[in-house]
Amino acid sequence: MAGVSADTIRTEVRKLQDVLPNSVVKELENSLLRVSREKAIMREQLDEIIEGVKQAYIDAMVEPGEAVGTVAAQSIGEPGTQMTLRTFHYAGVAELNVTLGLPRLIEILDARRTPSTSLMTIYLNEKFAKSRDKARAFAQEIEMIAVEDVASQTETDLINMEFVVTLDRARMHQKELTPAKVASAIRSALKAEVVVDGNKLRVKPEAPTLSDLRRVAAKAKGVPLRGIKGINRIVVKMEGDEYVVYTEGSNFAEILTLPEVDPTRTITNNIHEIEEVLGIEAARNAIINEAIKTLEEQGLNVDIRHIMLVADMMTSSGEVKQIGRHGVSGEKASVLARASFETTIKHLSDACIRGEMDGLDGIIENVIAGQPIPLGTGSVELVMRREEKVGRE
Amino acid sequence: MMRVPKLIERMDFGLLSPDEIRKMSVTRIVTADTYDEDGYPIERGLMDPRLGVVDPGLRCRTCGARAGECPGHFGHVELARPVIHVGYIEVIYDCLRATCRKCGRISLPDSKLEEYLNQVAEMRKDGRKWWVVADEIVRSASSVEKCPHCGEKQQQLKFEKPTAFMEGKNRLTPSDVRERLERITDDDAMLLGINPEVARPEWMVLTALPVPPVTVRPSITLESGVRSEDDLTHKLVDIIRINQRLSENIEAGAPHLIVEDLWELLQYHVTTYFTNEVSGVPPARHRSGRILRTLAQRLKGKEGRFRGNLSGKRVDFSARTVISPDPCISINEIGVPEYVAKTLTIPVRVTAHNVEELRNFVRRGPDTHPGANTVISPDGKRYDLRYADREELAKTLEQGFIVERHLMDDDIVLFNRQPSLHRMSIMAHEVRVMPGRTFRLNLCVCPPYNADFDGDEMNLHAPQSEEAQAEAWILMRVQEQILSPRFGGPIIGGIQDHITGAYLLTRRDTLLTREQAQQLLAAAGLAVDLPKPAIKKDGTRYWTGKQIFSMLLPKGLNLAYKAKICENCVRCKKEECDIDAYVVIRDGQLLNGVMDARSYKALDRCEVLDRVAKDYGTTAAREFLDRVTRLSIAAATMFGFTTGIDDEDIPPEARERIDEILDEARDKVNKLIEIYNLGEMEPLPGRSLRETLEMRIMEVLAESRDNAGEIAEKYLGLDNHAVIMARIGARGSMLNLTQMAACVGQQSVRGERLSRGYKWRTLPHYKVGDLGAEARGFIGSSYKRGLKPLEFFFHAMGGREGLVDTAVRTAQSGYMQRRLINALQDLRVGYDGTVRDDRGGIVQFVYGEDGIDPARSDGGRAVNIEKIIERVTGFSGG
Repeated sequence: MAGVSADTIRTEVRKLQDVLPNSVVKELENSLLRVSREKAIMREQLDEIIEGVKQAYIDAMVEPGEAVGTVAAQSIGEPGTQMTLRTFHYAGVAELNVTLGLPRLIEILDARRTPSTSLMTIYLNEKFAKSRDKARAFAQEIEMIAVEDVASQTETDLINMEFVVTLDRARMHQKELTPAKVASAIRSALKAEVVVDGNKLRVKPEAPTLSDLRRVAAKAKGVPLRGIKGINRIVVKMEGDEYVVYTEGSNFAEILTLPEVDPTRTITNNIHEIEEVLGIEAARNAIINEAIKTLEEQGLNVDIRHIMLVADMMTSSGEVKQIGRHGVSGEKASVLARASFETTIKHLSDACIRGEMDGLDGIIENVIAGQPIPLGTGSVELVMRREEKVGRE
Repeated sequence: MMRVPKLIERMDFGLLSPDEIRKMSVTRIVTADTYDEDGYPIERGLMDPRLGVVDPGLRCRTCGARAGECPGHFGHVELARPVIHVGYIEVIYDCLRATCRKCGRISLPDSKLEEYLNQVAEMRKDGRKWWVVADEIVRSASSVEKCPHCGEKQQQLKFEKPTAFMEGKNRLTPSDVRERLERITDDDAMLLGINPEVARPEWMVLTALPVPPVTVRPSITLESGVRSEDDLTHKLVDIIRINQRLSENIEAGAPHLIVEDLWELLQYHVTTYFTNEVSGVPPARHRSGRILRTLAQRLKGKEGRFRGNLSGKRVDFSARTVISPDPCISINEIGVPEYVAKTLTIPVRVTAHNVEELRNFVRRGPDTHPGANTVISPDGKRYDLRYADREELAKTLEQGFIVERHLMDDDIVLFNRQPSLHRMSIMAHEVRVMPGRTFRLNLCVCPPYNADFDGDEMNLHAPQSEEAQAEAWILMRVQEQILSPRFGGPIIGGIQDHITGAYLLTRRDTLLTREQAQQLLAAAGLAVDLPKPAIKKDGTRYWTGKQIFSMLLPKGLNLAYKAKICENCVRCKKEECDIDAYVVIRDGQLLNGVMDARSYKALDRCEVLDRVAKDYGTTAAREFLDRVTRLSIAAATMFGFTTGIDDEDIPPEARERIDEILDEARDKVNKLIEIYNLGEMEPLPGRSLRETLEMRIMEVLAESRDNAGEIAEKYLGLDNHAVIMARIGARGSMLNLTQMAACVGQQSVRGERLSRGYKWRTLPHYKVGDLGAEARGFIGSSYKRGLKPLEFFFHAMGGREGLVDTAVRTAQSGYMQRRLINALQDLRVGYDGTVRDDRGGIVQFVYGEDGIDPARSDGGRAVNIEKIIERVTGFSGG
């Protein structure tokens, strides 16, 4: 007996596209094709399988009224108690510090401007990814080097009213810099006179006042000599069959413009940078990926749908909003919901002068009022008709 | 009982105008005294009987209702001089800054104002936050020097904390402020973020003060008969007293300075009446020195009205006591002490079908267990059965009566353990009334509650209405919660001995005699015939443990997976596995493999329970779990299972080998330090030399600990009960065992070797700058051999970090969860499958991108396709 052909499987399965999500359809098609290669599938069997998959899908659907928000919050919050608090850990790349565990999760939900440890994973395009030397050279180029990175000593000379930077030869050589180059960088950045004296640089402020000298002394150390702003430490690592550049510190916008970089895979852990450069949808995915990564690293199993919902809640307005007072919770429609969260008095008194109205559409407002909440069985507004009841008696 | 519930549809916010305050007031309060010598409230005093009743038995002079029914009525105080409302001080400042001191218009040209007005109108129409324009207007208008409307030159206005405004050198009195606010037009008010329909700007300066009803500030009579007044009453007394003095002084034509001083004092009292936490204002205190809890403090914070009384309420029909385990009851059940059962009641309406039964309950009364505590007649009268003539009452019992009967077997109750971190922290159980004084629960429900029995207490609630009971039974029963919505796998399942027992039973060499097999089946609660014996030897018949275990599995169950004990061999021998780690179940028969943590342990990847719950329903899962745990415990009891300190014994040669390894490690560390001191160490990229050294040392020591552990493991075989538990995942880990038997290892604080204590050293027993293994907290001893004093101290250092960590973490994660809940609680799935918030705004078009409920998913997957294909074609890809 011959089973159905691969084409029949394809056409039959594709008919499901309106009923089932794409991922399921694709998986079903692949599984069926794989099985049919080893064992013939009869027509009736195919129909039965398709029917079975459809039924299983419908059985597993969420029910209307389900409190998905609360369930998501609990599913992410409850394992929080089991997470480690240790801020620094070594993950993947042993050389770089990464914030992990509960602090990182809180950071993601807080939508902080800058994460406490920014990190970029830069993938290179084909020409550079395979060569260790090219990858190294690229890394050298983007790493930001400031004056203090090549100085062995710095001092403020109050007698001559100058700031003296002693350069470290070895490091200068390593970074391929000359005293003259450093001097000109300082000159243009600070508009100060710089005299090269062997491996010493004498920086003289425009006006020989104490305050100017102090200003120069404070700024000179931070003058960038080379590289991209924000990229502090660099590690090149072999991953699979290519070299990948990991950086401490992040500058997504500028890195993406570099010709050596593969912009389709390069990523940062700074969600706001992603939002600015790639847009809100990318930011949503970044939140999901970062949160999942953090939870998985801790060995915690949380369904991705919960995290998606949190990410969607944070981004649905078009900009990344924090989970908390200054974001989602602070912008709620209900006065009572806001007042019962934080800054109670302010929310109430502001509501009064604005003449706000609370429609009691949310959960906490109805809990406060002592009424059924619009969730689950409480969201069903079904009323039995009196006449019909009487009619049956 | 069946009152039609009043539904609050919406709530409007606004300010009270002085007129409204007077209108809603039942009396003007003039005297600061509360009670006269005889203890009666003084009329027109703060306890005026018209303000409502608090004493039981009396009727309200205003509405005639009894205490408890009368909500209380406001009075008011006529303030001799206006006073600023602290809560609006910033708004007032903005209003004054932005408007002209003479004409009261916003100091911006008409065209600009009109533009803003249109903007506000537009925003209001769209339901957006129109008041955000105010910030911009205030910013630009406050720096204008000459009024564009009347040409008046503006003066610099300064806000002086807490409640004063200075214009140049002149201080504005609240009267001046009020006058200026009065001049602001309605349109301009709108632009300043004030909605004149409900709040005129001048209402932010009070001329009359509402006095809340006594029900808001009840006085407490102490045992000694001394009356103690509420903090608010104290504050109001202060206000009225000063107010009176102020008006007397004004009438008497007292000097300006005195009037001004009293006015300021009145302002102080009114300010602290509203909030006692204004910066720059010394908090008002009680005579004893305690800081008064005034209006704002009552609402604010965790114990405030909102979070303490409105978001979470105290309830009746609840009980709390210590919990203890009972492996013999079902996971759906809960053992309730008789005392609790006699105190908690369920109201039952008398019908033709239950009169007789209820009459018996009434006759037995409150002290004999299945009895009743009260009877409510159709006219709403309550009869307390402690005092009533029960026989008589039982006779008169007829339809329409309600009997509040004791909690009984099979009643549905909610059971809860705090912290309630997820929905499985409150589950519905069926009652089993038992002797004793503790709540009894099946051990399988410990993981979802995160409960143990070292003194934990739990709460019980008895839902009263049939609707609530039905809902609890259908949605909240323990068996409905077996699959966690967090990851779509079982969160309720076997623990510890449940796993051990099953392992012992299902091992290859387990053979059971007829008696043994029967005994096990009886323990599992199965009254069925034994299957055919697997082996006949010397005339006796033997059954395998797998046979017995299979009898609990539902027919048609097919499974194949690798057990926890699987050693992940390069080539899996499958059915021929040496350690029987390849589990095969065909048509409900366990053919191969042992049962361990992978089979039905809570929170693990429990394949068997997961399949049963998903394919055979929650009732089958509950039954399976009830049976399998009892069977396991019976098996463990039958075979005997114990662990003691001698499980960690290792022979002397092993100990020697371990000591050698540790010595080697110490040498290696010393060599590393030497290299470091010579400056010959090659730094790791991006690390300093010192960091590199630390990392290398940690590496060496961790490796030596592992090696030492491996040596110990060699001598701890599978005949060792402690090892069995660790291997099958019942309890403990191999790391725990090797720490006991071989070597504890490096102690750490913040992920680094110990370094703090003394200058450049951890303890004065070491040389300054000693970086060696011992000096930095490496423990070479095992727990069993015992720690040396210094090691013990280091161990305590590491241990302390763990404790601090836990304490900090609970606080942090608790707050994170509160924020998450608050942000997401309004989300729900609509009938169209979208996820919407309380505004009706769509957050997701399809929940989770595929509309699948994680609790019903297959470990996160929408559909387990292989399973369906296998069911239909019999082809398994695995």
